[in-house]
Amino acid sequence: MGRDEILEKIKEITADRLGVDEGDVTPEASFREDLEADSLDLVELIMELEEQFGMEIPDEEAEKITTVEQAVDYVTEHQAA
Amino acid sequence: MEGRVALVTGGGRGIGRAIAVRLARGGAKVAVSYRANDEAAEETARLVREAGAECETFKGDVASSEDVDALFAGVKEAFGPVEILVNNAGTTRDNIMLRMKDAEFDEVLQTNLKGTYLCTRAVLRGMVRARWGRIVNVSSVVGLLGNAGQANYAASKAGIIGMTKSVAREVANRGITANAVAPGYVETELTGALSEEIKERILGQVPVGRFGEPEEIAEVVAFLVGDGAAYITGQTITVDGGMVMQ
Repeated sequence: MGRDEILEKIKEITADRLGVDEGDVTPEASFREDLEADSLDLVELIMELEEQFGMEIPDEEAEKITTVEQAVDYVTEHQAA
Repeated sequence: MEGRVALVTGGGRGIGRAIAVRLARGGAKVAVSYRANDEAAEETARLVREAGAECETFKGDVASSEDVDALFAGVKEAFGPVEILVNNAGTTRDNIMLRMKDAEFDEVLQTNLKGTYLCTRAVLRGMVRARWGRIVNVSSVVGLLGNAGQANYAASKAGIIGMTKSVAREVANRGITANAVAPGYVETELTGALSEEIKERILGQVPVGRFGEPEEIAEVVAFLVGDGAAYITGQTITVDGGMVMQ
């Protein structure tokens, strides 16, 4: 899956999970500050990414993902070949 | 609770067994964990099946992170993700504070409090995903009143109440409730070992004037895990013949 495609999918998942407008889910958006996610929202979001992209994201890595772009980077780098 | 997957820790004997059987009667699939007594766990399984439900038993120590991982993996394989968790596994190592050994303190805290923590953490991911879950932690009136000779046990059971309230707050808006049940003195092997004199003294503090039956605790657990109890969370329900009135 290409980077743009991953971004689109993550936008969709994020909007759905956090109940925000897809237009607000820009690459620079911070899940916590801009999209008003709390800790549990973030855990759920990570779980959804794991499911949708068929990967496991360890807790140490998940904690470093704070913006939409970081999520896209992580998925792009770790998606199954 | 029809068709729900329930896990009762420490389900081999006593209150845990009664809870397992009661949930079975409500139509749940019941997984039972136990630490040591194979025979007792088999008897629980027999009673659960007799009540018309599927049952699987899992041996392991709830205080061990590896055992808890294996337990939840096993239940998931047998029945699917746990939807109803009853943290019942508990132990006592009574001694007065002045004589208490580190090992006695640690063992009780490990099983009762850490075990509840490990199992709760393990179950939450699936419950959050499902947007539905019921957690019932078995505390004790001793956690509310204290008891001479049980500082370790009282600390663990009071700790469970604080943990229950915190977890309840964290996941309340995900359709998950967490409550504690605090039994008073119940007829089990744990209390069967008490001398007549001590039993008399205990009964003096129980307005109802008798020991409780394990089934009377199980009944309250069954209520709390039902769909009808969705608006009750973070509570500690005493089932104690009126010892504690709050």
